[in-house]
Amino acid sequence: MGPFIEVVLGGLLAGVLYSLVALGFVLIFKASGVFNFAQGAMVLFAALSLARLMSDELTVAHYLGAAAVLGLAVGYGVVAAWRRLGPASAPGPRVGWGVIAAFALIGVAVAASFGVRGWPGWVAIPAAAAIMGLLAVAIERLVLRPLVNQEPIILFMATIGIAFFIDGFGQTIWGSGIYNLPLGIPKDPMFLLESVFDGGILVNKLDIFAAAIAGVLVAVLAVFFQKTRIGRALRAVADDHQAAQSVGIPLNQIWIIVWTVAGFVALVAGIVWGSALGVQFSIALVALKALPVLILGGFTSVPGAIIGGLIIGMGEKLAEVYLGPTLGGGIENWFAYMLALVVLLFRPQGLFGERIIERI
Amino acid sequence: MASAQPAAGATRASQGPAPAPANAPLLAVNNIEVIYNHVILVLKGVSLSVPEGGIVALLGANGAGKSTTLKAISNLLKAERGEVTKGSIEYRGERVDTLTPNDLVRRGVIQVMEGRHCFGHLTVEENLLTGAFTRADGLSATRADLDLVYSYFPRLKERRSSLAGYTSGGEQQMTAIGRALMSRPKMILLDEPSMGLAPQLVEEIFEIVARLNKQEGVSFLLAEQNTNMALRYAGYGYILENGRVVLDGSAGTLSQNEDVKEFYLGMGAGGRKSFREGKHYRRRKRWLA
Ligand SMILES: Nc1ncnc2c1ncn2[C@@H]1O[C@H](COP(=O)(O)OP(=O)(O)OP(=O)(O)O)[C@@H](O)[C@H]1O
Ligand SMILES: [Mg+2]
Repeated sequence: MGPFIEVVLGGLLAGVLYSLVALGFVLIFKASGVFNFAQGAMVLFAALSLARLMSDELTVAHYLGAAAVLGLAVGYGVVAAWRRLGPASAPGPRVGWGVIAAFALIGVAVAASFGVRGWPGWVAIPAAAAIMGLLAVAIERLVLRPLVNQEPIILFMATIGIAFFIDGFGQTIWGSGIYNLPLGIPKDPMFLLESVFDGGILVNKLDIFAAAIAGVLVAVLAVFFQKTRIGRALRAVADDHQAAQSVGIPLNQIWIIVWTVAGFVALVAGIVWGSALGVQFSIALVALKALPVLILGGFTSVPGAIIGGLIIGMGEKLAEVYLGPTLGGGIENWFAYMLALVVLLFRPQGLFGERIIERI
Repeated sequence: MASAQPAAGATRASQGPAPAPANAPLLAVNNIEVIYNHVILVLKGVSLSVPEGGIVALLGANGAGKSTTLKAISNLLKAERGEVTKGSIEYRGERVDTLTPNDLVRRGVIQVMEGRHCFGHLTVEENLLTGAFTRADGLSATRADLDLVYSYFPRLKERRSSLAGYTSGGEQQMTAIGRALMSRPKMILLDEPSMGLAPQLVEEIFEIVARLNKQEGVSFLLAEQNTNMALRYAGYGYILENGRVVLDGSAGTLSQNEDVKEFYLGMGAGGRKSFREGKHYRRRKRWLA
């Protein structure tokens, strides 16, 4: 019994990563109908940004630039909050941009005064998040907005372009080696339930940490989607974007927000993945594993992405351990796709595809 | 929706809305032409105006261009690859043709789309709350308006926590109107509220429209195929055919017009023909020329 549970648990924890990547896909697909091929590239980019900002090997310009982006994001948040909370006293567009620019400068000044290099995690993580936000803004302006109302296939191809661009761009500015993430996440194995099973169950602390982080992220997202004004607007857009527009929900802003949220999710996936294996190009290929997860879970279902990821992670490990000896090794590499194929045959909308409400 | 209570609203309405000068209506559409997909010419010079506090009906058969006119005003056309290529649209004297739907909602112009378009996976109350998206006047104001909407549509209050996708057609229409009200509009572009509803329900909805008009001072531009109903509640009407206004007049005149009786109210002898075959209309056209 002990070894079996060990395998299942190990699979589930690996599945958490697939879930995280699939979650990014689902968010964007729901809100904009775009199948974002670049999600894997975003995971890599986020992880690279973080790993490199925490290192002290880059030029001063890198750190100052990142500090400016972080300042920009903080400034933007301040101005946005100000406009919402005190519309009467809120600054107009010109002063607003001034405030934002001032925050960017403050960011640079603070970074400079602290000697710039090798940021601690608690600064580097928000900076990486801000960079993902900026990336979302750039994607909305340069790709989504000009292609609005085009066929989904055209947008899909555009995201393939984005994926290659981000891959190349990320490696150009951050470097293309293998970097470690010195976040101090424990990696050593430990034993659970030693009193119940003989020898207990061997798990990796990192896996537990990953599961906890994913759990927190999902909970935060659930609250965001269910309880906040913006979350409600996101769901409205996912349901009927025309009606959402008709009540004054600006689609452009919503796209920026979902791509930013997907960027945050990518960052979390990148942190977990990078801590386990080091930050390297192969992270971008995780996206390919997310595909069967999506087919299994349904493209529009957040719980589907999570449960689908867990099923695939667990299935892979079980197949590898219990079928591997008879079928030969390497099952882990193709099992997910086989499972997806079978699901496609019997339930094309996925196991958790959103119920389609048919009623006028 | 300037007031939190219908009663208070009624007091204000009894003093009457500020009289606008006759030459400056709330909304003026001047000779607009709309083209879809760069090639399909749908509106061929439509002009109309809505006075402050008025209910104006936009009538016509299927495909006449009613919805297109409303979407041109609310600027939802762009999402359907439509474009206003000629003419202008003014709201309170300001050109609004290039504003986004978001800008327009902030200014108080909101469309309730044909076929309700509720958010099916959101509850009725969440649907209503999405209508307050553009507002920045705080949670308590939103709550107060939610109560106001419920006072107009008590049925929605009972159904507040059901998914909108599972409510009845009438409840969805109420949800759609209520959702628009949550933005505190000055003017609602209401597209075929009667579509697919039982007669009593149509009457109920129109009664509420009339009350909103009186008590909350909301002006309406109302696209309808149900000519009879629309002319009972509107003050003025335009009849569209093939992308042109072929007739307009006060609701009273229109409902007495022989052609309107024959072709739109189904009261004339003979079957339903195209409006342009009507001899009265021909006569009028000759007279106009
Ligand atoms: N997105 C579109 N692309 C191309 N043509 C369109 C589009 N939407 C509407 N049309 C065409 O424009 C014309 C007017 O349509 P519109 O929906 O405005 O009519 P309507 O008066 O609202 O009719 P109904 O009473 O059936 O709702 C129709 O001939 C229709 O085919
Ligand atoms: Mg229509």
